[in-house]
Amino acid sequence: MDRVAVIGASMTEFGQRDAWVRELLAEAGAACLDEAGVDASELEHLYVSNMASGEFEGQTGVPNALAHDLGALGAYTQRVDQTSASGGAGVYAAWQSVASGASDLTMLVGGEKMTHRTTAEATDVIASLTHPVEYKHGVTLPSFAGMTARRYLEKYDAPRESLASVAVKNHANGVDNPHAQFRKEVDEETVLGSPIVADPLRLYDFCPITDGSAALLFCPESVAAEYTDDYTVIAGIGGATDTHVVHERDDPTVMGGVVDAAEIAYEMSGLTAADVDVAELHDMFTILEVLQLEDLGFFEKGEGWKAADEGITARDGDLPVNTSGGLKSKGHPLGASGVAQVYEIHRQLTDNAGERQVSADVGLACNVGGFDNCVTTTILEAAE
Amino acid sequence: MSFDAYRCPEGHVTYPEHAVCPECGAEQTETVDLTDAVGTVVTWTTSTATPPGVREPNHLGIVEFELDDGETVRALGQFTTDGIESGDRVTPVYCAELRDPDAGIREPESQDWDGYRFEPTG
Repeated sequence: MDRVAVIGASMTEFGQRDAWVRELLAEAGAACLDEAGVDASELEHLYVSNMASGEFEGQTGVPNALAHDLGALGAYTQRVDQTSASGGAGVYAAWQSVASGASDLTMLVGGEKMTHRTTAEATDVIASLTHPVEYKHGVTLPSFAGMTARRYLEKYDAPRESLASVAVKNHANGVDNPHAQFRKEVDEETVLGSPIVADPLRLYDFCPITDGSAALLFCPESVAAEYTDDYTVIAGIGGATDTHVVHERDDPTVMGGVVDAAEIAYEMSGLTAADVDVAELHDMFTILEVLQLEDLGFFEKGEGWKAADEGITARDGDLPVNTSGGLKSKGHPLGASGVAQVYEIHRQLTDNAGERQVSADVGLACNVGGFDNCVTTTILEAAE
Repeated sequence: MSFDAYRCPEGHVTYPEHAVCPECGAEQTETVDLTDAVGTVVTWTTSTATPPGVREPNHLGIVEFELDDGETVRALGQFTTDGIESGDRVTPVYCAELRDPDAGIREPESQDWDGYRFEPTG
């Protein structure tokens, strides 16, 4: 089977933007086409990853709007919503469209406009993914993170400081990302002294609320070189779901969706965790980076907290994680995040990551929706 | 009002109810009332950034109940008080309105808003 190549990638500046969702999507989409030297009219499929433009902004039908704004009329369009994992799910949809032979040229654009809402309102839009028996108690995604972090720290006797070191590392990485929302280092003292949001987690354990967009262009591997020498290939991709009701999981410290999605992606690629040179993980909360390190097979259960603490996942460590700054400092415009993860891996594997460049031939992106409710993991390889 | 978990003929118990038993696919034919049960706190948090209509701070946690047949079932819920920790024993207390149904994004008519908080046993 012909594999699927990524032949273009772009992202807008992430942060507090004046632009609305239509404009953000068009900005990233146009930049992606421009980089690849492709005209919008050539697109056969166009996917938009977005969680909640209707709820945030009162704008629905965004794929059609984007097709018109870019001049991609005639393309098949579809919106992909998988909450925080909409971006990863979009990568999956775009991969399917090319791998199946349905499209020879597919663009995916992910984006979200959020910052015009108060933190309480944005938190409620996201928390609306929960089951009624959870929602009525006022549970939020951050409170799931607090409960899971407490359970993890108690179960594995891990120091609270180890979670702070994830934030410190990812903020340090974000300094060199020109698209990041926060380009500012923080120290452990600042993280541990910041206000409590969901005990034991504090403000700096959480990603911000963000506007932004990112885009990727896909074609069959067999024709990728006709577009560019700087392409990457999807070696494996897998998606999986966990329980809707979070308290129904046997072990709250295991992300079952991450485990299952990774197994599928590793099997498809013929690669293992040991082959991965660089990874972008869904650090919506610091504890999630630790859990993903374990559930993706990089560390034994209960050992992942040591990674950032010991510098293993630093940019100059054995396994650089979130060289982009992660959701933590780059920002988390819901539908854009999974697309921006693959953008970063693509940049790393094509030696176009600037100050953030690490040595890597294989990269992995893990995009998590809800609290592990739905997950997509993508493994990319540099072109041979 | 009762605080019902749901059991299938195979003995699997869930809270809340599902269309079929997620474990085996059988119909959930029995209920188990947890109103007077005593459970153990698995983990907890205090949320200080709550959505519209939710009390702030919001103390909440996951509680595990062991049933007569040895099966366990868990439920998420608000706590009646600060200071409850993992391992503490708690029991359900009815609350007529856990959050203001009219303040959040969810359609008020789409679900119930009463339920059970957890309070420490003696």
